[in-house]
Amino acid sequence: MELFKHTASQLHEKIIEKEISAVELTKAVLGRVDSVDKDVQAYITRTSETALAQAQAVDSKIQRGEKVSVLAGIPGALKDNICTKGIKTTCASKILATFVPPYDATVAEKLAAEDAVIVGKANMDEFAMGGSTENSGFFPTHNPWNLETVPGGSSGGSAAAVAAGEAIWALGSDTGGSIRQPAAYCGVVGLKPTYGRVSRYGLVAYASSLDQIGPITRDVTDSAHVMNIISGYDAKDSTSINTGVPDYTKSLVNNIKGLKIGLPKEYFVAGMDTEVERAINKAIEQLVALGAEYKEISMPHTEYALSAYYMIAPAEASSNLARYDGVSFGHRVEGNDIIDMYKKTRSEAFGAEVKRRIMLGTYALSSGYYDAYYLKALKVRTLVKQDFDKAFEQVDVLITPTAPTTAFKLGEKTNDPLAMYLQDVCTIPVNLSGVPAISIPCGFAAGMPIGMQIIGKPLGEETIIRAAYTFEQNNDYHKGFATLGEV
Amino acid sequence: MKITCKDVANVALLSRLEFSESELETFTGQMDAILEYADVLNKLNVDNVQPTAHVLPLKNVMRADETKPSLSRELALSNAPEQEDGYFKVPKIMEG
Repeated sequence: MELFKHTASQLHEKIIEKEISAVELTKAVLGRVDSVDKDVQAYITRTSETALAQAQAVDSKIQRGEKVSVLAGIPGALKDNICTKGIKTTCASKILATFVPPYDATVAEKLAAEDAVIVGKANMDEFAMGGSTENSGFFPTHNPWNLETVPGGSSGGSAAAVAAGEAIWALGSDTGGSIRQPAAYCGVVGLKPTYGRVSRYGLVAYASSLDQIGPITRDVTDSAHVMNIISGYDAKDSTSINTGVPDYTKSLVNNIKGLKIGLPKEYFVAGMDTEVERAINKAIEQLVALGAEYKEISMPHTEYALSAYYMIAPAEASSNLARYDGVSFGHRVEGNDIIDMYKKTRSEAFGAEVKRRIMLGTYALSSGYYDAYYLKALKVRTLVKQDFDKAFEQVDVLITPTAPTTAFKLGEKTNDPLAMYLQDVCTIPVNLSGVPAISIPCGFAAGMPIGMQIIGKPLGEETIIRAAYTFEQNNDYHKGFATLGEV
Repeated sequence: MKITCKDVANVALLSRLEFSESELETFTGQMDAILEYADVLNKLNVDNVQPTAHVLPLKNVMRADETKPSLSRELALSNAPEQEDGYFKVPKIMEG
């Protein structure tokens, strides 16, 4: 099997056993990028030279007999909204097309401290606004399982890179499902941590009360390893949770006896693909056979979550994106006066979806509409969160589909923003409530991967990792690999 | 209609964005559909519900008032579209 098809933990074993070198592995992944990225288009910026230098440094350490971490020398990708010192960070927006951050995001610093190799910066929906990566200001990414379909979004480049063998692991960010939904569409594992678990310092803000960075990996084991590295308190993020980080790999236990699973009936929405529903039901049956208990529960405010989100997230975005004014960084278009400069700069360089959300948010926050839209949405957010609090009094985890369908065709939903938003219906309530959730592969429909979402209590990452690991170890879905370039 | 072209033009001004007539029409239609969808929120009685702006029980996180190293002026200006004498340069904002 080619090196780029292995998981990080497998490759780590090979590196420390000196079966392969980090440079050899990095070259294999860079070679894979050379041969398939023209079709997949997962990367905005490639950092091949620094990647090889990082790998060389790891090989030197190993030659000196030093102990190296599990991600040392393992090539990965960062979503292009995670700031990397000296490496262009564009958010897939023309407004930041030439932006070179003068500092590293905390997660980038932590990964560097573990000697992880960074292959490049992954494509995304502009400013993380979208669910298909078609809103990238540069080019769309294609799903490695079927190049005519979308990889999901907004972390579509990260998920596609991992699925295509163009990266062994990746980081994404998740505001309304942007790690989990592309992971589901691309047949990989995506984890959105509890809000505050991973530092947001250096993550370009979209909706600050919802954004969270997390791993996209080939299996649950790698997800736990990456979580160990990126989690933890950071004084530079005022919303960081100041509690210790457990060793998540201790939760890689193939045993869910007695685990109480809740199946919220409201998540099985109209328009859901019957194959998706069947796959989830089959997974539940299997988990019960493995010793879990399950009950159907009701989360009555689920249907309101999407509407609340599409007021709250744009409102926060309209405020966060006010900084793109052509003054201190980014694109500038000259105008007759400063207001004209702002307008011309922003109108020329933002894409349609970003403009739509800025407008929607500005409207929801504007005088006369604030109470009717924004404040009401915040109150509904309370009710959505209470649904989770009540559910977790009865069960340990909740299981739902990650998305109502498998990956759709490119262009299918681009003219209908609302239809695109409906893809987020199963993931959005999780962000509104701040709880952690993981998406893992649980089947295929017409050759395309289906994702199952396991939602946990606040800081309940260990429980969802254990449940996900148990399911994974009793199935083979995660072992499939897109046949890209090998047909 | 929840929203008119005139409303959208006003929101555009507040957002520091400008649109052609046809773009304005498209946006009005799309925003109208989204606001129509958001109307579902009005089915709920939320009179006695506290708003949640943020899920963590955090308020006014402060750090100690200590000087720490920060970005050099050169680095802070390194992405500026235009700079002069160590400052960001913008078009004239006052008459005279």
